[in-house]
Amino acid sequence: MMNKKEVKHIAQLARLGMTPREEERFAKELSSVLKYVGKLKEVDVSKTEAVSHPFKVENVMRVDEATKDKKKLIEGFLQVKSVF
Amino acid sequence: MNLASLTITQAHDGLVKKEFSALELARAFLDEIEKSDKSIFAFLTLTPDLALFQAKKIDDLISQGNSIPLLAGIPAAIKDNILVENMRCTAASKILENYTAPYSATVIKKLEKHGSIILGKTNLDEFAMGASTENSAFGPTKNPRNLSRVPGGSSGGSAAAVAGNLAVYALGSDTGGSIRQPASFCGVVGLKPTYGAVSRYGLIAMASSLDQIGPLAKTVEDARIVFDAIRGRDHFDSTSIEPEVKNLKFKIKNLRVGVPKEYFIKGMEKGVEKAVKNAINKLEEAGAKIVEVSLPHCTDYALAAYYILMSSEVSANLARYDGIKYGYSEARNPKHEIRNLIDVYLQSRKNGLGHEVRRRIMLGTYALSSGYYEAYYLRAQKVRAKIIEDFANAFKKADVIATPVAPTTAFKLGDKTKDPLSMYLADIFVTAVNLAGLPGLSLPCGKSSDLPVGLQFIGKHFEDNFILELGEFFEKL
Repeated sequence: MMNKKEVKHIAQLARLGMTPREEERFAKELSSVLKYVGKLKEVDVSKTEAVSHPFKVENVMRVDEATKDKKKLIEGFLQVKSVF
Repeated sequence: MNLASLTITQAHDGLVKKEFSALELARAFLDEIEKSDKSIFAFLTLTPDLALFQAKKIDDLISQGNSIPLLAGIPAAIKDNILVENMRCTAASKILENYTAPYSATVIKKLEKHGSIILGKTNLDEFAMGASTENSAFGPTKNPRNLSRVPGGSSGGSAAAVAGNLAVYALGSDTGGSIRQPASFCGVVGLKPTYGAVSRYGLIAMASSLDQIGPLAKTVEDARIVFDAIRGRDHFDSTSIEPEVKNLKFKIKNLRVGVPKEYFIKGMEKGVEKAVKNAINKLEEAGAKIVEVSLPHCTDYALAAYYILMSSEVSANLARYDGIKYGYSEARNPKHEIRNLIDVYLQSRKNGLGHEVRRRIMLGTYALSSGYYEAYYLRAQKVRAKIIEDFANAFKKADVIATPVAPTTAFKLGDKTKDPLSMYLADIFVTAVNLAGLPGLSLPCGKSSDLPVGLQFIGKHFEDNFILELGEFFEKL
């Protein structure tokens, strides 16, 4: 359940301006949605791992051209021409 | 011949046989839009000059004796959250009212390569958030089957354009049912492809782990033609995949159709239940094996998890609309009372974003905020794993799953706008498919009180073609 004080706090975090009347409306509507999603507490997830995606995915990265030439690497740092 | 009622294959035949020109075909649709779109309001932007210019090019190709792709010269409507270069793209939001797309989405580039013609951009719920297209900042779309009813949403403009013969086919996007539910309400075919089957590059992001672009069309065959044209790996979208081509020979004999017992709920419209059960009986009579499956987490729990995860992703994706980088800014309002930078953010987002969009940003920010993250976001992510597991178990017993698309037919305009939760419940049978990344096909299967009812086929990952083949088979029964 969300009261007006919480609505104000969340609105500030989300950078959303709102009137006092809207604060009241959001408190009411969000409380009813939160009551519905409270159902999630009924599911036993004690042995379940969280997922953020429908499949297992890995980052796709291009070939690292800069560190390809091992001779330019000194202790893992890339040697470049001095700037100054 | 009424050119506006043709399917893709019929229109293609007519063009090739020179029964009519691409220019005549495009004009027929522009006339139809002129005549009926005042009452339907499917389109936010019309591009007649571009459409006629594109059509002329196809006519030139045909007159030179060239063979043309299936989609060449076929007039389409594009949901207004998909970018087309140099065309206004609003996402039906005031904050993007005057935004012009600087580049085209990959799906648009692909359609253009096939020679398809773009008639304009269609209405949607603001930023694709809603189930009725009533959340558009520019006014609601009406259902062409009955103008007192909603077309569904959020791709309501696209579904209405196809159902009202204002386009041969349309593109929509589906984050939690936004192609399938309006297809069902308007009596057309809609495909939500497997997550990753179609590139999302150039789609205005709503919830990135759920969004997919897909076709709305008059027949399953047409939906397949469009899907074939737009799918495939795109290096601009790292989550897009070129799947291995599986040689699945479709045979109705002994095809195991899973029917989840949890999908026929109390409070469901009787006529909808009857039409869907009839459709399943027809498949059984044709030789399919009907098996009961169980998807215990895929209705109520899926909808609850969906609202947490989607809203959380929304709150992050929509942070970019800050009154500085894009579109509407309160700082340009001559009567503004801005004192500092934070006022620009607060006031631009207050005046530029609609109520439903702000409600979801609030819910997402709350679910991700310190003290609530574990109770809401993390728990919802775990329930998402349960949903994926449910489907994996069901697919051990069944090759495909058949369900209703929505618990009701198209409801009246204004019926659910007062109570957000009742609107959310319209998506109870469709959100689990997005959470699991599966393909879902919505196709008409009869009527209830004279309004269309939709049947949903859910397939395994990257078996989009398999459910399309089953859909084509079902259409002929």
